[in-house]
Amino acid sequence: MDVTVTPLPGLGTQQDFSTRSGHRVGVISYRDGRFELIVSDHDDPDKIAASVALTTHETSALANLLGAPHLVAQLTEQQSEVTGVTTWQLPVGTGSPFDGLPLSATEMRTRTSTSIVAVVRSATVHPSPRPDFLFAGGDLVIVVGTPEGLKAASEILERGTD
Amino acid sequence: MHETAVSLIELGAVFFGLGVLGRLAWRIGISPIPLYLLGGLAFGQGGLIPLHGIEPFTHLAAEIGVVLLLLLLGLEYSAGELVTGLKRSWVAGLVDIVLNAAPGAIVAWLLGWGPIGALTMAGVTYISSSGIVAKVLGDLGRLGNRETPVVLSILVFEDLAMAVYLPILTALLAGVSFLGGLTAVGVSLVVITLVLLVALRFGKYVSALIDSTDPEVFLLRLLGSALLVAGLASELQVSAAVGSFLLGIAISGSTAENATRMLEPLRDLFAAIFFVVFGLNTDPSAIPPVLGFAVLLALVTAATKIATGWFAAARHGVRKLGRARAGAALVARGEFSIVIAGLAVASGGVDSQLAALATAYVLLMAILGPVAARIVEPVAKQVVRRVPSLS
Repeated sequence: MDVTVTPLPGLGTQQDFSTRSGHRVGVISYRDGRFELIVSDHDDPDKIAASVALTTHETSALANLLGAPHLVAQLTEQQSEVTGVTTWQLPVGTGSPFDGLPLSATEMRTRTSTSIVAVVRSATVHPSPRPDFLFAGGDLVIVVGTPEGLKAASEILERGTD
Repeated sequence: MHETAVSLIELGAVFFGLGVLGRLAWRIGISPIPLYLLGGLAFGQGGLIPLHGIEPFTHLAAEIGVVLLLLLLGLEYSAGELVTGLKRSWVAGLVDIVLNAAPGAIVAWLLGWGPIGALTMAGVTYISSSGIVAKVLGDLGRLGNRETPVVLSILVFEDLAMAVYLPILTALLAGVSFLGGLTAVGVSLVVITLVLLVALRFGKYVSALIDSTDPEVFLLRLLGSALLVAGLASELQVSAAVGSFLLGIAISGSTAENATRMLEPLRDLFAAIFFVVFGLNTDPSAIPPVLGFAVLLALVTAATKIATGWFAAARHGVRKLGRARAGAALVARGEFSIVIAGLAVASGGVDSQLAALATAYVLLMAILGPVAARIVEPVAKQVVRRVPSLS
């Protein structure tokens, strides 16, 4: 990834990169510690279509939200040498049969031979969740396993263990 | 009434009036500088209501205003940023000088104001107002745009050019010989290089000398050192303004941030007085004869700044709409044009009409600049729609 770092004299630094979709996405870090998320206009890539001022808390929340796919990508990369194993992120929707139930209720390992390696909830990653971890609607479950196992895991999370 | 009482009432009325004007200006999206100048024109010699008894204060306050304007400008940049800014933008910077200094010099020459008048007017039309430009870019949410770093580095180049230009102008205005002028140039170049070197290597020591956790001590040291340096510089004919600009550059890091925060309101106050005093010293009846030239200069130099920004942005691969935005952003002239004219007028070395022309010109450009920055996009899009070959 080519991240362009541009000094803004008197203000701070701008770091951005171009996405495949043709947008420029980046962050301006002001010298006084403020952050701003910027996204460029699609028709006029030189122009900023949206800029959002973020506090330090908000930036770390956003970083964590974006951290889930990052985690998946990292795990996938780590397992790339192990043939037949891959990583998916599966949602526990509100109204899912497991909303409010502990992780052990899914019996995921026994039924599908997959492992739940992390749960992402409201911008925080909970790594290696224990069997008594309680799911809530909106959780993202990071699961590692064979493609068939992951398909089964996804069905279980959607429909329950009937 | 007691004399002090009258002065206090007059000063109070002036400040309060400026407060109202400033609020009004940003409300309608222009810079308050032209309104401050108009305020000064209204009250000064030949104006509606002449003010008496506040001159000793306003005179010194205006001087402090210039020192603070340049000190804060210096505080905004670290020496490193100046060096990279210079590397990034020197070609565009030279184009900027040629295109924008020439109109002012030519008009002064046409009006028969001599070489020093030409040099002064060249400076007046050359320098964009970094204050107005930065404010407008921030207000319009363009800080993340690709053309913005280009615009900012041109401003950095201009500010450095000022550090060389002001001492030369001061020396020439003081009526020194050609050799004396050359010496002043030499001295100022050496001093600037030294300060940049010191700031790059030992900036933290300069900062430590001024820094203090106690706000009162900090403010006193900061203001004290700024006035000391400014005074010494002006004694050496390097100009007070440049002295404080260089001090600002040498102060770095968190000290610079605290200093900016602390001095900003003070600068706004004293700079406002500076504009008023400039207006006060200009006879409004001198403006009509030069108004035509002011309008002509405004139109020409708006076009030349747009050309400068277009050229600079094109060099960095920005597309046409962005180039137009970069050009329009640079149009505003303001505080530094008045600082230059103020230096010249105070020395008495230039034609008395120069103040009138500079005032009228800055009045136009400080209004035109923010407006141009705002309307450039719709206008450029219209042009592209009408003349599709341009897109």
